[in-house]
Amino acid sequence: MTHPTPSQTVGPFYGYALPFPAGGDIALGGIAVHGYVYDGAGDPVPDALLEFWQADETGEVRAAAGSLRRDPTTGAVLGRNGVVFTGFGRVGTDLDGHWTLRTVAPGNGYISVCVFARGLLHHLYTRIYLAPDASPEGVPSERRHTLVAGEERDGVYRFDIHLQGEKETVFFDFG
Amino acid sequence: MSEPLQQADIDREIAALGAARAGERAAHPSRDYAPYRSTSLRHPKQPLVAVKDPEAIELSGPVFGVTDVTPLDNDLTRQHLGEPLGERITVRGRVLDRDGRPVRGQLVEVWQANASGRYLHQRDDHPAPLDPNFTGVGRCLTGDDGGYLFTTIKPGAYPWRNHRNAWRPAHIHFSLFGTAFTQRLVTQMYFPGDPLFPYDPIMQSVTDESARQRLVAAYVHDLSEPEWSLGYRWDIVLDGPAATWTEDGR
Ligand SMILES: [Fe+3]
Repeated sequence: MTHPTPSQTVGPFYGYALPFPAGGDIALGGIAVHGYVYDGAGDPVPDALLEFWQADETGEVRAAAGSLRRDPTTGAVLGRNGVVFTGFGRVGTDLDGHWTLRTVAPGNGYISVCVFARGLLHHLYTRIYLAPDASPEGVPSERRHTLVAGEERDGVYRFDIHLQGEKETVFFDFG
Repeated sequence: MSEPLQQADIDREIAALGAARAGERAAHPSRDYAPYRSTSLRHPKQPLVAVKDPEAIELSGPVFGVTDVTPLDNDLTRQHLGEPLGERITVRGRVLDRDGRPVRGQLVEVWQANASGRYLHQRDDHPAPLDPNFTGVGRCLTGDDGGYLFTTIKPGAYPWRNHRNAWRPAHIHFSLFGTAFTQRLVTQMYFPGDPLFPYDPIMQSVTDESARQRLVAAYVHDLSEPEWSLGYRWDIVLDGPAATWTEDGR
């Protein structure tokens, strides 16, 4: 029996370590999903880090390397090669608390999200559903809308994350 | 405006929550931990919704490879023309899942303050010197036994504004992936015997004493290298389920 290592906050100073160029561009030519992260006072969270994990358009989990492909000469991050679908994205919120993800609509209907922030001692999981009536069992019906991205215009979806409060987003526990 | 919070106020809150939650033996901190003030508006108040779906995407996870990491990334002392100031150390250990199996070929990311306790970050305005030879960022992939190794310098303690005279014990931030997204972990490694432990609400948010000890690396003299570096060992166990069907030997 092994005991898990406890979680600790990501803190405010991960900037040189975790975000990487085009981290929010899982795939181009598909859809864009964007939104804000808010705290319990309704203020934007300017130092949240979001990670995204998803299947491809057919619903297949590709799990390929190459999200932060490196230049072997300079060590610089070249980013994805634009051909291989890695399914992984990582984006920090800007000073307005805003983030943007460019990707393809996953065939299984949702994009998984992991939320990190200063003041958050243990990350949170949620999901972005792109269709209005899908969400997993156990989500109270009056909170289901917090998991559904609204289509603002063709191919552009809006998904806000409320860490706390009236509009609090549904977060998941995988056990 | 009320009086600024004093360390004594925080100490009382830490003691009260430590006593109240001692019986829970929780591995992870509660997200609602008032002594760390920034938690107050950033933790959900609704219960988390349990997902039991074996088809869940989260039971698989991102993959990284040799293309994502360069061989120099795990030596934080060799990223500039000169060498950073500070006590040269190595930190090594294994990344395991909660069944004790090694997590192989996965990405480990670290970041830390320099020897003076200053981060290379525009929002760190603590009046301690930056080190032109230290960025404080490293990466590596775990080996077949789940092993990782970083060469770096020991970070300094640094002040923050949670309350008056708040200081963080020296720590290295770690980010870890398992085979499943559900095993994701971001945490901090501390150094043994640091006198700041009892005063730090972030470390004390782990209210179970034995769990808290799992955040502290061991100094291992045999891992020190003569006239070169001091050696620390820190093993990491990822929580969370993983799908068996993704285990293709990686
Ligand atoms: Fe830190």
